[in-house]
Amino acid sequence: MPMSVFRSLAFATLLVAATLLATALLLAIGGYDVRLALAALWTGSLGSWYSFTSATLVRAIPLMLSGGAIAVAFRAGVFNIGAEGQLLAGASVATAVALGLPTFGMATLVLALVVGAAGGAAWASIAALLRARFGVLEVISTIMLNFVALSAVSYLVRGPLQEPTHAYPQTSSIASAVRLIQIPGAGRLHVGFVLALSVLGAAGWIMRHTAVGFRLLAVGESASASASAGQIDVGAVTTRAFLVSGALAGLAGAVEVQGVTFALYENISPGYGYTAIAVALLAGLDPWRVIVSALLFAALEAGAGAMQRDAGVPSTLVSVVEALLILAAVTAQALRLRRSDAPAAESPMPAGVRAS
Amino acid sequence: MSQVEVVAPFLAAAVRTATPLALAALGEVLVERAGLINIGLEGAILAGAFGALVGATTAGVAAGYAGAILAGLVVAALFATCVVLLRADQIITGTALTLMSVGVTGTLYRAIYGNSGAALSLPTSAPLPIPGLSSIPVIGAALFVQPPVTYVVYLLAPAMAWWLGRTHAGLALRAIGERPEAAEAAGIAVNRLRVLAVLVGGALGGLAGGTLVLAQAGTFAENMSAGRGFIAIAIVVLGRWRPMGVALAALLFGAASALQFAFQAMGWGAPYQLFLAIPYLLTLAALAGAVGRTRAPAALGKPLARPVNRS
Repeated sequence: MPMSVFRSLAFATLLVAATLLATALLLAIGGYDVRLALAALWTGSLGSWYSFTSATLVRAIPLMLSGGAIAVAFRAGVFNIGAEGQLLAGASVATAVALGLPTFGMATLVLALVVGAAGGAAWASIAALLRARFGVLEVISTIMLNFVALSAVSYLVRGPLQEPTHAYPQTSSIASAVRLIQIPGAGRLHVGFVLALSVLGAAGWIMRHTAVGFRLLAVGESASASASAGQIDVGAVTTRAFLVSGALAGLAGAVEVQGVTFALYENISPGYGYTAIAVALLAGLDPWRVIVSALLFAALEAGAGAMQRDAGVPSTLVSVVEALLILAAVTAQALRLRRSDAPAAESPMPAGVRAS
Repeated sequence: MSQVEVVAPFLAAAVRTATPLALAALGEVLVERAGLINIGLEGAILAGAFGALVGATTAGVAAGYAGAILAGLVVAALFATCVVLLRADQIITGTALTLMSVGVTGTLYRAIYGNSGAALSLPTSAPLPIPGLSSIPVIGAALFVQPPVTYVVYLLAPAMAWWLGRTHAGLALRAIGERPEAAEAAGIAVNRLRVLAVLVGGALGGLAGGTLVLAQAGTFAENMSAGRGFIAIAIVVLGRWRPMGVALAALLFGAASALQFAFQAMGWGAPYQLFLAIPYLLTLAALAGAVGRTRAPAALGKPLARPVNRS
């Protein structure tokens, strides 16, 4: 399919250009040395093999998985803003399994990943239940659950899961048998990268080519039409999408613990679940494009640290860049809709989401 | 320890905690009654907190409150531009604006006040006892020895209730939240009124952030809004979109948050992280209980049908 490859390349180019432009603009407004700051951004993210693999690609893994989580939910018309909390839930239970169960090599490793995904789904199921049974807006409930999850992790690492000396608010390190192995010659990059690529590849394929994917998109476009004309059980589809979304975010947490941090502590996620919203929206909620935008945002966040160190630019500037990109994407889409009655398929947002 | 020694400080803490929530929620009542939902309220509160910091460090407490309101207005103006004028998606715009506030306030804070993260100490607005009322036993000190901004809430809630229910302008606002097309046909400038509602909502959100800094913490911290904007939106639902109901719901949340102080005073040994989760858990429980038995404005969250000005 050369056409879709061409489109994806054009999309990636546009995204990178817009990001660089926004960053340079903000740096100039802030009165920083733009060249020095951008050079630091480059060095910290893509400038060397080490920074590319160990900083950018390692960071892209949780962003890909949680970005995929957002894409699946939003596509079905579910505003899951709770990937952060689901990620923390997944990380917590995966750590508990990895620490608590006797290690049978691969079996425990895989079990921890699966339990992590289940933990994320379970955390999402609270909001899914509140939506299905009581009509509670999931935007609010998932954000509330993010705060609760953070409190819970804070409690766990000072209480039941704290390391034996009780000196630090974190768990013990998990055994090497349950850690994801690192890819030879690629620094700290671990096989979680391959896992994330496969998961997103599969998700994109399911959305494009299967009945399950079709029902998901149909419900997101118009719940009422899906129910009446398509005889789709809308409630079941949205609830399942919510749970799958939570599972992907939970998997992101488990992979982070087993591949990078090897222990649970409060700041295990520097807001991956929130960045994931930007990642998914800029990818037009398409899992394959999520890979591209996750790599971009990972590079941006990896470079932000270097930018703060070498050019004195606060790393929080990256959040502003992300927010500007989301606003640009969402207003561009609104303007396009206003100018012409663009076919719904061309718009990144499902119609049901637009109208809600 | 006697009853009064626990109850009076508990009530005072409840009112203190409820004040910023009530301000933000009252603003959101206007926004939602006009048929919009502003998730960016969280961003307005955070921006307001930062505006208060800048204002107060340059020219004192009053300038702090002015800076807070101004910062909230800026965020609201961005929301109104994207949502009302450009018709962008409300939830996504609000989410992006919250993210942007986190970024902008964090960046400016570090750029202006340094990366050290050292807590700045600011002038705060002292409690202003109201003569007579403040000497009522138990509740007097809790309700009437508060910073002046709390008394703003006491006046604002009934005033807003009267305005919404008894004036032509209030009726117009409710009309555009229920039947915007009909209101448009009846000659109400729907978009202009919605922009105004969003701006007032943003100003009150900013004031709520200013209250956090100037009447409570006495300092600024990154992300110090800590979800209060989202809690305020839940309070609007719980208060059934009515100003007085919303003020009472805010007080309920203030009381829930103040429980942690009361428990500490009574020497409870439970982990403090569990207390920190109480307001969020209560929000979930309240939403589950309140939704379904109340009715939101009919056009809530829906953009005005196109074309706007063709007749």
